[in-house]
Amino acid sequence: MLAWTIYISFLGALASRLSPSKSLARVIALLTAVTGLAIGLITLHSWQPGELVTITRIGWISRLGIEYHLAADGISLTLVLLTGLAATAGILFSWNIEKRTQEFFAFYLVLIGGVYGVFLSFDLFLLFVFYEIAIIPKYFLIAIWGSAKAGATGEEAGSQREYAAMKLALYSFAGSALVLAGMVATWTATGAATGGHSMSFDALVSANLSTHLQMALFPMVFVGFAVLAGMWPFHTWAPTGHAAAPTAASMLLAGVVMKLGAYGCLRVAMMLFPAGMNPWEFHVLGLGSWREVFALLAVIGIVYGASVALVQRDFKFVIGYSSVSHMGFVLLGLMTLTQIGLDGAVLQMFSHGVIAGLLFAVVGRMVYDRTHTRDLNELGPMQLGRVIPFAAVTFILAGMASIGLPGFSGFIAEFQVLVGAWQSFAWTIVIAGIGILVGIAFTWRALIKAFYGDPTPGAAQHALPPISFPEQLGALLLLASTLAVGLYPRILTDLILPALNSPLFEGLRQGAWR
Amino acid sequence: MNPISYADLLRATLPEIVVAVTGLVLLALDLSALRRASIPRRFGVGALIACIGSLLSIWILTHSTGTATLPDAMFIVTPLTRVVQIALLALAILTALLSTSTRITEHVGEYLALILFATVAMMFLVATQNLLLIFVALEFLSLSLYILTGFDKQSRQSAEAGLKYFLFGGMSAGFLLFGMSLLYGLSGSIQLPQIAAAISGSSLDPLALIAIVMVAIGFGFKIAAAPFHLWAPDAYQGAPTVSAGFIASSSKVASFFVFAQVVTVGLATAAGNGAYRAWAPGWVPVLCAIAALSMIVGNLAAIAQTSVRRLLAYSAISHAGYMLLGLIAHSPMGQHALIYYVITYALASLGAFGVLGTLEAEGIDKIQDLAGLSKRAPGLSFCLLIFVLSLAGIPPLSGFFAKFYIFSAALDAPPQLGLLWLVLLAVAMSAVSLYYYLKVLKQVYVAEGAPQTTPLHLTLVTRVTIWVLATLVVLLGCAPGLLLRWLGA
Repeated sequence: MLAWTIYISFLGALASRLSPSKSLARVIALLTAVTGLAIGLITLHSWQPGELVTITRIGWISRLGIEYHLAADGISLTLVLLTGLAATAGILFSWNIEKRTQEFFAFYLVLIGGVYGVFLSFDLFLLFVFYEIAIIPKYFLIAIWGSAKAGATGEEAGSQREYAAMKLALYSFAGSALVLAGMVATWTATGAATGGHSMSFDALVSANLSTHLQMALFPMVFVGFAVLAGMWPFHTWAPTGHAAAPTAASMLLAGVVMKLGAYGCLRVAMMLFPAGMNPWEFHVLGLGSWREVFALLAVIGIVYGASVALVQRDFKFVIGYSSVSHMGFVLLGLMTLTQIGLDGAVLQMFSHGVIAGLLFAVVGRMVYDRTHTRDLNELGPMQLGRVIPFAAVTFILAGMASIGLPGFSGFIAEFQVLVGAWQSFAWTIVIAGIGILVGIAFTWRALIKAFYGDPTPGAAQHALPPISFPEQLGALLLLASTLAVGLYPRILTDLILPALNSPLFEGLRQGAWR
Repeated sequence: MNPISYADLLRATLPEIVVAVTGLVLLALDLSALRRASIPRRFGVGALIACIGSLLSIWILTHSTGTATLPDAMFIVTPLTRVVQIALLALAILTALLSTSTRITEHVGEYLALILFATVAMMFLVATQNLLLIFVALEFLSLSLYILTGFDKQSRQSAEAGLKYFLFGGMSAGFLLFGMSLLYGLSGSIQLPQIAAAISGSSLDPLALIAIVMVAIGFGFKIAAAPFHLWAPDAYQGAPTVSAGFIASSSKVASFFVFAQVVTVGLATAAGNGAYRAWAPGWVPVLCAIAALSMIVGNLAAIAQTSVRRLLAYSAISHAGYMLLGLIAHSPMGQHALIYYVITYALASLGAFGVLGTLEAEGIDKIQDLAGLSKRAPGLSFCLLIFVLSLAGIPPLSGFFAKFYIFSAALDAPPQLGLLWLVLLAVAMSAVSLYYYLKVLKQVYVAEGAPQTTPLHLTLVTRVTIWVLATLVVLLGCAPGLLLRWLGA
């Protein structure tokens, strides 16, 4: 049944494009997204721990051994749930889109369909197909419906949008070019190793590629995916892209699309080429394996993202850079190669997806669409904390979740990552700890400046339209899920841990697996 | 020369004869019965006749089985050549249908007949392994294309394009002929299989190397590979749009197929190797150089273009580079990948030119002129989106699978992964290409157009044809097995 999340999204895209009226297109899109979420929840309800459900497995391009193979384990299901949540909330927060509404939801749902497809593919070729399907809609969503930097108008705003959109598309495509090269090489090598070509994950895992080849392919494919996960120094598309995107698209970009990259790192690069993380037997700048290199890049990302977020004037850029910082935890967790670190990484994918979605919703929809500015210095005097208290409260809660206060999902996720990192490379803890502190600082600063700035003497308070019902609904949905996972993380860890202990990830279980 | 029985000759070449006769009938009808009819009607009836003739020929081809050969390797029909011939005929039909909304000429009969004659030439071209016949068919094809390029008598650009194409083409024919004469001198035969047998040996004759280079130059012009590509941007820009589409699609299929025949059959023993650390002289390293250059020049030059058609021309050059990978692989898989690639490329680029053709009357040439097209013609814009994304290699469109297949074939060629350097270059360059393809789509979808939005003038036939092309591009991408099964891969 999970496969229907994909098909429904594409059908929904077609239906909303062809729908005669704007309101009908909205309803269709919402129904589609809710159905996707419902399918995920129903599957969750009947899920047996440790299951690997094969949904569809039929020959596709049999001459090349490529199969149409959809399957789900706990990790896939976690991310499918996240996609359902983010998609539903995103549509609620874009209820006010009036420009080319039908096309907006069509592109949006195509993107969602591609994302579901990536999470459910168990054939490398199929995964790549869905991965690329997700690129093009992103471009159009930003280029057509995006917003510009503080102060830009007219022509300039248009060219900023297009710049951000093109940058994002090219970064994504460059990343996927690396993946494509790795994929073609894998295809060739498995043919030599096993006699018959295959792209299915189970066949590739058991293909026993030579260590030499894995060493070469791992960094290529990992970097290819990590570009989309916002790994420093390939992260620069993320803040500009997020800031320029329309609210729903930034929610999806930060919430789900960056997870595509992280998921690809785990599912493809690490699962298929585990030997690529073996030590090199020599040291460059004190680093002895790709694992250490990427762990270093991850912690740099954590600190760098947080520090840059600290000095931004543009509210949306604050959140954009914070995404880079939080995605650093995902990558760090992956590189720990411990059970708890990997569990934390997957949990952080979910957690950041929900929280970043919420933050972007507050900034992009609740604040920007009302005040038409994202400049923190201009927002301060508006006393938004009094004018739109709902937004302020949402931002406080989301900020608390984001900095990792216990009770929210961010805490349990980042905590596990740090424990894993402590076991694997203790030195990263120090740097990541600094990142967390800076994270608290920038969230606090953004909160105070945006919502509780000093009132300008004599300036009348602006009356702003109240927070609409769809917005409240979307915010509650996301808040509820981050709280639910934070208070009872076993909902997800019971999915993730058995999946990590399955034979598919055998190659990752090295000495430090605890 | 062995004697040929005329009965055999007629039987073997029946599909070609049908198309040629159709062309003549069309010409005669147009000059007599349709003399007084309006141009749209003449185009309609003419395209109908062309379709009937081509379909008849396809019918004959699908109902013949096995291989038919004529002496001296003059004519060799195998199931594979039949598939390519059918593809060529299908492309001719689609081109004829697309031409129904052009208003560039009143010489309707001649225009359509030339398309059919060019198709006949291409059908001969793919079904022969005799140097003499290859050259004659190639010249026949080229002459038809020169005229089609310069067909718009009102347009100075069209005439210029035709002349440039003619001059470059004539020179390339000279190179090709020189190479062929060397091959004949080396082997004493003009039949490809015998040439291969004669020049086999441990070391490669320097003269054979010159012959290889000359042949590569000659065909390099035909397939518009860098550095022999200079005619292409001018011809694509100046020619009537449908003619440009025809040059980009059909003639590319035929030229690549015959190029493949010449090097893989005729020079099978002089292949050499282009793999890293396994380098050996032969035609493979020559083609590696041409392929690498085409990818780089095509993609980088396309970025700077402001005219849509010039952009498509440079994109065609880069695609020629990717396609050469199939030849370089020098394996059955490489051949199948090449044919799949070139056929799906032909569909996408014919489609793109078809869409541009509907805008021809408004003199649209610059990329900016496409602004706001999605509002004026949503369906047409969607088709253009599909064609352009397929050219960029975005799944699930056929252009993506074609690239994957041809890259895999190149890497799979012995020594395994030896061509990695070229494949990496190709992958990197295809990432670059997304930029300029998106630049076109940006104008169509993102940019706001001029406020006056007159509906487009195009016939129902053209509209349907473009949709058929778009469907094929999607279908062959989602289910490549449909075409692969035919190729016997």
